[in-house]
Amino acid sequence: MATSAVTHYFRSSIGRKQLVAITGLALCGFLVGHLTGNLLLLVSSDAFNIYAHKLISLGALLYVIEAGLAAVFLVHLGLAMKLNMENMQSKGKYQQKTKTGRGTTFASQTMPYTGVMLLVFLILHLISLKFGTHYETTVDGVVMRDLYRTTIEYFRSPIATAWYVIAMAAAALHTSHGFASAFQTMGWNHGKYFKNVKRLGLIYAIVVGAGFAGISIWCHLKGV
Amino acid sequence: MSSDNTFSLNLKIWRQKGANAEGKLVDYHVDHVSPDMSFLEMIDVLNEQLVRKGEDPIAFDHDCREGICGMCSMMIDGKAHGGYKNTTTCQVHMRLYKNGDTIVVEPFRASAFPIVKDLAVDRSAIDKVMIKGGYISANTGNAQDGNSILIPKPIADEAMDAAACIGCGACVASCPNGSGMLFMGAKISQLALLPQGQPEAPQRALNMVHEHDTLGFGNCTNHAECEATCPKGISIEHIARMNREYIKAAFTYHEKTRSE
Ligand code: SF4
Ligand code: FES
Repeated sequence: MATSAVTHYFRSSIGRKQLVAITGLALCGFLVGHLTGNLLLLVSSDAFNIYAHKLISLGALLYVIEAGLAAVFLVHLGLAMKLNMENMQSKGKYQQKTKTGRGTTFASQTMPYTGVMLLVFLILHLISLKFGTHYETTVDGVVMRDLYRTTIEYFRSPIATAWYVIAMAAAALHTSHGFASAFQTMGWNHGKYFKNVKRLGLIYAIVVGAGFAGISIWCHLKGV
Repeated sequence: MSSDNTFSLNLKIWRQKGANAEGKLVDYHVDHVSPDMSFLEMIDVLNEQLVRKGEDPIAFDHDCREGICGMCSMMIDGKAHGGYKNTTTCQVHMRLYKNGDTIVVEPFRASAFPIVKDLAVDRSAIDKVMIKGGYISANTGNAQDGNSILIPKPIADEAMDAAACIGCGACVASCPNGSGMLFMGAKISQLALLPQGQPEAPQRALNMVHEHDTLGFGNCTNHAECEATCPKGISIEHIARMNREYIKAAFTYHEKTRSE
């Protein structure tokens, strides 16, 4: 049976990896946007609520964006899990005897675990904030959702804050390997610039991880 | 053999009668190890002891014993070829060890490399991937003047670095995923860098990658353990070039590729 090269691509190791890579980078981009939005929490309750209200007012467009985001996330998760499951078969039963650590890092070895942690985090995060308690407020005569209050109340709990910080540590670990790894998978590795890609990945991981975690701690302190 | 500086070692060596037999680590003691011996010569000494005792000698692969054939596959203390920089097992010398050391020796572990006996594994999966395109078969007529095809020196050097792969399989054995991307990437990259490799570049990338995927090799997750282990110092930049070649071929190459 002849199969077209494109069909093969979507079944091959490299093709599926490249889909994981590109969706991973897209999610990295999303996090930057999300973090920027969160910074408005530090500005004022009104600034944050107006921002949230603008997003909600997108109406149908917002649903389209959210569906796209969910699709990207599911492709990333599903293919990574599939590839990982295949890899569990490819070392035979003696894997524990192979000593690693000359290229392998803690981050690269824990990708599946940090990934699953982020999935759990994401579900809880949506339940407790996006679909959390609905308050209303009026800014300049406009009635809108008081997401600021929901957020501050949520982070009043030290357990919620601690879990959030731990999840952000997992996100930092995940992206510290994933960012540069995605470039390599796409074929964007050249001696000329790859060191800088790795550096950028590390900076990204730290800024995003510490950024989200820092804001959550700020919310906690604000709430208590 | 009995000069002053010889020493003794304890070894734990994987013994397995055949492909489907149960294997286990067996303890051995070997005396008269000279620091100038290679790791394989040390096993030769042990095998002589075993033969004298009427026991079955340890099966292991080797050929050139000078670091160029890639046959001497074994995991020494959990690391392919012992984990020394740019070194094959046959080039590991016993001066790296000292009297009384215990060394664990096992075969390469990867689903794509089934165990034949003891330390010997079947690495023919590498050849199966190579057969799918690790060469140039375009008919180019008579040999031309050497200077008629100009290749810039840095490109020639890079292709040469990739061509240094000896097909030893250490990259696969050291990879936590048992992936064959480094040796395959080295070949696809080497030929993609050279004008002679261009005509068949897309078929090569498609066919080799598809063969790789069917042989039980795992999927690369960019640990880069292979690069650190490779006795020829092959860089994962070659994997990146293969990834570029592959995506380009998948979306621009017209002919249908065969899956079987
Ligand atoms: S890439 Fe290196 S480790 Fe892998 S087969 Fe070639 S020489 Fe051996
Ligand atoms: S025996 Fe040939 S490379 Fe080691």
